[in-house]
Formats: sequence, C-alpha cells, structure tokens
Amino acid sequence: MSTPIHVPTMAQMIASGEVPEVLFWVGCSGSFDDRAKRITKAIVKILAKANVKFAVLGAEESCSGDPAKRAGNEFLFQMQAAQNIMVLNGYDVKKIVTGCPHCFNTIKNEYPELGGNYNVIHHTQFINDLIKDGKLVIADGKSFKGKKITFHDPCYLGRANDIYEAPREALMKLDAELVEMKRCKAKGLCCGAGGAQMFKEAEPGNKEVNVERTEDALEAKADIIATGCPFCNTMMTDGVKNFNKEEEVEVKDIAELIAEAADLI
Amino acid sequence: MIPQIIFTLLFLTGTGIFAFKIKKIRRNIFLGKPLEIKDNKAERWKTMAKVAMGQSKMVVRPVAGFFHILIYVGFVLINIEVLEIIIDGLTGEHRFFAPYLGSFYNFLIGFFEILALLVVVACFVFLYRRNISSIRRFKMPEMKGWPKLDGNLILVVEVVLMGALLKMNACDQILQLRGADHYMVAGSFPISQFLVPFFDGFETGTLITFERIFWWAHITGILIFLNYVPYSKHFHIILAFPNTYYSNLKPKGQLNNMAAVKKEVDLMMGGDPFATPETTVDDGPPERFGVKDVTDLNWKNLLDAYSCTECGRCTDNCPANQTGKLLSPRKVMMDTRDRIEEVGKNIDKAGKPVEDGISLLGNYITEEELWACTTCNACVDACPLNIDPLNIIMNMRRYLIMEESKSPDSVTSMFNNVENNGAPWAFPAADRGKWIDELN
Repeated sequence: MSTPIHVPTMAQMIASGEVPEVLFWVGCSGSFDDRAKRITKAIVKILAKANVKFAVLGAEESCSGDPAKRAGNEFLFQMQAAQNIMVLNGYDVKKIVTGCPHCFNTIKNEYPELGGNYNVIHHTQFINDLIKDGKLVIADGKSFKGKKITFHDPCYLGRANDIYEAPREALMKLDAELVEMKRCKAKGLCCGAGGAQMFKEAEPGNKEVNVERTEDALEAKADIIATGCPFCNTMMTDGVKNFNKEEEVEVKDIAELIAEAADLI
Repeated sequence: MIPQIIFTLLFLTGTGIFAFKIKKIRRNIFLGKPLEIKDNKAERWKTMAKVAMGQSKMVVRPVAGFFHILIYVGFVLINIEVLEIIIDGLTGEHRFFAPYLGSFYNFLIGFFEILALLVVVACFVFLYRRNISSIRRFKMPEMKGWPKLDGNLILVVEVVLMGALLKMNACDQILQLRGADHYMVAGSFPISQFLVPFFDGFETGTLITFERIFWWAHITGILIFLNYVPYSKHFHIILAFPNTYYSNLKPKGQLNNMAAVKKEVDLMMGGDPFATPETTVDDGPPERFGVKDVTDLNWKNLLDAYSCTECGRCTDNCPANQTGKLLSPRKVMMDTRDRIEEVGKNIDKAGKPVEDGISLLGNYITEEELWACTTCNACVDACPLNIDPLNIIMNMRRYLIMEESKSPDSVTSMFNNVENNGAPWAFPAADRGKWIDELN
C-alpha cells in the first residue's frame, strides 16, 4: 500500500491551527463493529486519495441518538443531541460527511431545531461528487466486468430523505452491470434493522425481514449487493448466509466497491 | 306542489343530518392536541391537487388506480346531474338545465351515461377483487366483519344508484318520443337506449310512474348514501382533500423533537442551576409524554384516521407485516378512528369527556404491534392520501418508554449503553478511534 494515511481528530487539527474542509462522522457501527470498520477505512482511504482535508471527532464523537429516539426514548436522544451539538458547535463544524444513513438523517433533520445546523452529506453522495468533480479517479483497481451489482436502498437515505440517485450514479462508474431488485427506490424493502430493531430480537412472525429482502437480491441474480448503511450491510450479510450463498454473493458498501476499483484496498 | 314540498323536506333533512354528523366528526378531530400547520400554502395546494385530485399515488398500482379513477371521475361529474335533479326537485321543473345548454346538454347527458356505465363496470371489478380474487390486503384479520361489509355495501349502492339513473333515462326517452306532457325532448342516451325494450311495452301513465320511481329512488338513495358516508371508510371522498392539504412536507425521516423534553434537557445541560424557575404559573398536571390514548394524538393524526379508506397498501408494503408479524399500519389507523369515535360517543352521552378505563394503547393496539415496526416509512410512502401511521406508532413507543419504562430487555441495554458509553453497544468511548490504529 501507498503512504500511510493520517486521520487527525478535530482537536488535533484545531490545535495545529488548521480547519478541515469536512468532518467525517464515523458513527458507532463504523467505530466498533469489525465489519463496519472496514467500510470506515474504505471511506477514509477515498477521502485521503481525493485530498479531502478531513478530521474525525474520535473519542469526542457519541451516538447520534437515533436508536434511542426510534425506540421512544426522546430524553436520551435529546441528551445525546445536545452533547454532540455542543462538541460540533465548539469546533465550528460546517460540513459533515456521515458513514451511516441513520446518523445522516438525525443530524441533518433533527439537530437543526436543537441548535445544530450543518451541511450534512451521506458518504455515497460525497463519494459520487468526488468522482464527478474529477477528484477521485477510478483506475488500476479491481475490475467488476461481467458482475451484476444491485443497490439495496437504506430506508433512511431513500424514503426518509429521497436520495436514490447518488449511490446509483457512483455504482455506475464501476465497469459492472447495475441491476435493480423488483422492489427498489421508494418501494425498496427495509433490511429489518431500522427503528432500533438492530438491538432487539424480531417480534414473532414467520420470516426474518432480511431473509425476505435477500430473496429480492438473489432473484435479481446479483453477484454483489451494494449497501450504504452499516446496519443494512449486517442484515444482508446474514441474509446471504441464511441461503448459504456467501461464496457466490458478496455484500459490500459502495465505499468499499469504489475503493477497490480505485486500487485503494 | 306537493312533490316539491316533500322533496324540499327530504333534501333539508338529508343534508341537515349529514351536517350534524360532520360537526361531530370535526369536534372529535379537534379533541386531538393542537398542531400548527400554516406554512407553505402554495406547496400544500399543489400537493392536494396532485395527490387527491390528480390521484397520483393511486396509479402506482395501475389496475386499482385505473378503475378507481373511473369511479372518482364518474362520481365528481355525475354530481353535476345530481345538481340538476335537486333543482328539478325544488322547482318542479324537468331537466332544468336543458333549455340553457342546448346541444351541449345532450352531450353532457350522453357523457354522464357513459360514465355511469364505466362506474358500474369498475364497481364490479372491485367487487370481484374484494370477494373472489385472492388479494392479500383484502383478506387480513382487521378486514373481517364490518370493514368487509362496508366495502361491499359502497360498491353495491353505487351500482344501484347508477342503475336508477340509467333506468330513469330509459323511461324518460320513451316518454319524450311519445310526446308526453312535461317530458320535453332533451338529452342523448347512448347507454340507456339499450334499456328501452324493457319499458317500451308499458302505457304512458305507467311509464311516468316508473320514471318518477327511479327519479325518487336515485335522489333518495343519494341522500341516504350521503348520510352513510361519514360512518364509513367512504368518508375519504371528502377528507382526501383536507388531509392531503395538511400533508407532512418535511423529509419523511424527520421525527419531531418533543418540546417538553427539550425544556428539561436545556435545563440539565446548560441552565443556570441557581436561576429562579422560569414558570411560576400552575399549568395544571404535567402533560403526558407520548401517546396512550387518542386524545394524546394531534388533530392531524385523527384527521388521518378519519381519512383512511382501508385500502391496505400501507400494510401490504410493511416489512413487519409481510414477514408475519402482528403489526398492520392499516389496523393502527382503523383502531385510532374506532377509538376516537368511542370517545366521541362517550362525550355525547355524558355531555363531557369521561374516563372509561379504555385506551388506544392496550385495548386496541398492543405493545407487540408497536415493537414490530422498523420505522422504514414504507407505509407512509404507500398511502394514496399521505396518511402517516408511523407517527402514531412512534408516539406510542414514546409513551411506553418515557411514562411506563416498558421496553424489551435488549432495548433497555441499548439505552444503558448509549447513556454510559455513547454507543448502543458496551464499548468504551475511548476505543472509538481504535480503527485508526488499524488503518495503516
């Protein structure tokens, strides 16, 4: 691999008198979950490659409060929000790139009323813009020729915020074939993890939501299921395992696919 | 003169009872909490024009959408003829508009006849879909009993009304041809002409009786149906318009921040601990956090409930429901409407709000239903009238957590982790940057 990547924290950057262009909001999954950490690393490699001056909050980052809010704990959510807004405003943050659509939705839509006003961008949008602006060139990396990729819309990016095209545009930069599942975009089926379901057992039923969704992807004959959310990634990975298809079908975040194609990982 | 008096009384009674019921429903809706929706007027009119008038979300499902548009257009336009019938009834004239509209009148009547036939066809298609074909959303538990009967009754009544209209025209045209007194030559009858052979053999006097029977049956049927509508899912034909006007225009992912909580959090986070409390006025008992009963909902939630026509697209798109969980967003809306009706009836009986020991959460909606929701917004997206079942679900979760501290154990641990570690899992905050060390 090329030169080591330096990931400064906001505190370090400010201490050295510098101001980052964007704050990369990693999120709890991206910070702690081993699978999601690989997505985080891919995002960081893309940011570094595109010479984006960025910083993270490190230990100063705390849960956005989304799972608490969706589970009904508005107190805990607002405590989290207040704490995060204090930190973010303290560093005078203007632009935030998130690695998770849940953090994205919460910070973008629910923080402003509580005093946190930022330009919030989801990492798939940011990566797509980097490619469009010529700041990131996809070359020399892995070829996806002959592969079929399908994008599983995260609810909190798609229906919640009407962002359907940016992730697809980014995927279309790969030399693969983009195929759609029968339920996609506004009609996309949830992976089953939202609304704090990630942190609890499913209620009694006759099927798991992620299995139902994985069937859509298998029906589309996709070789790769592209995701834009660490929760979706976990759920779809489990779904593929449920069908014993992990040898044939990969579940990867758009950041990982782009980083592979740009020979960054 | 006597028929006019009878008609006038009938008409006033019919519309009067209807107005009375509408007032009751309006009162019930405003039993909900206040909510100010006064912004973006232009966009609101546009949304209403697109979604309610333009049926933009109905046609997402082309078959149902197409036949629904037939009934909708038929209903709206044939009402122009109903207006004439009302004027005829009040004045004792026959085909009041004919002399004023000339040949355009003939076109109109012919057009209405074609529409009436299309409405009949659409009603039969819908009866088939509801009763014979195996469409999942019409076969769910919440559709058993009254909701199923309601759906069928509406369709049958529409067929009967259209039938009366066409038969009336059939008799009318025979009488016109025979030059019967009072029956001036007016209108064109592309559909009802085929009914003429059934009536042609009768004497003029008998035919006049028939024509009058169909005329009265049509208008009496309409007045009865008008009064049936507010008790039925069919009420959507009226509330579709205000409900889409007051649509949520914010991103679907945005869930409101509770103001009462913000006040407390502000105090805890940065408030001056030595400051004198801001409010010394006694506001009465503190408001409940979240929603336990319908009166904890806001009026828009209740307007949503009365607007629901039980089509079930929400439930059909719900990932929890598709995978056999108990949750059905349509049931949430039906329960909300049934409960606010119950609360309203209690008030009618006692003259004031009464505590009946029943609540929406608990007696109508169970915790299991609420905990099955993934908050994916598929139900909200699917609703042809922009109804938001998710908002009701979320606010009931808020009640469960903040008033009753009731949550699945694993959710409680998640809360504890967020509170103690700033993450939903039990990892120390100091390890948040560990991935950076693994990077190179």
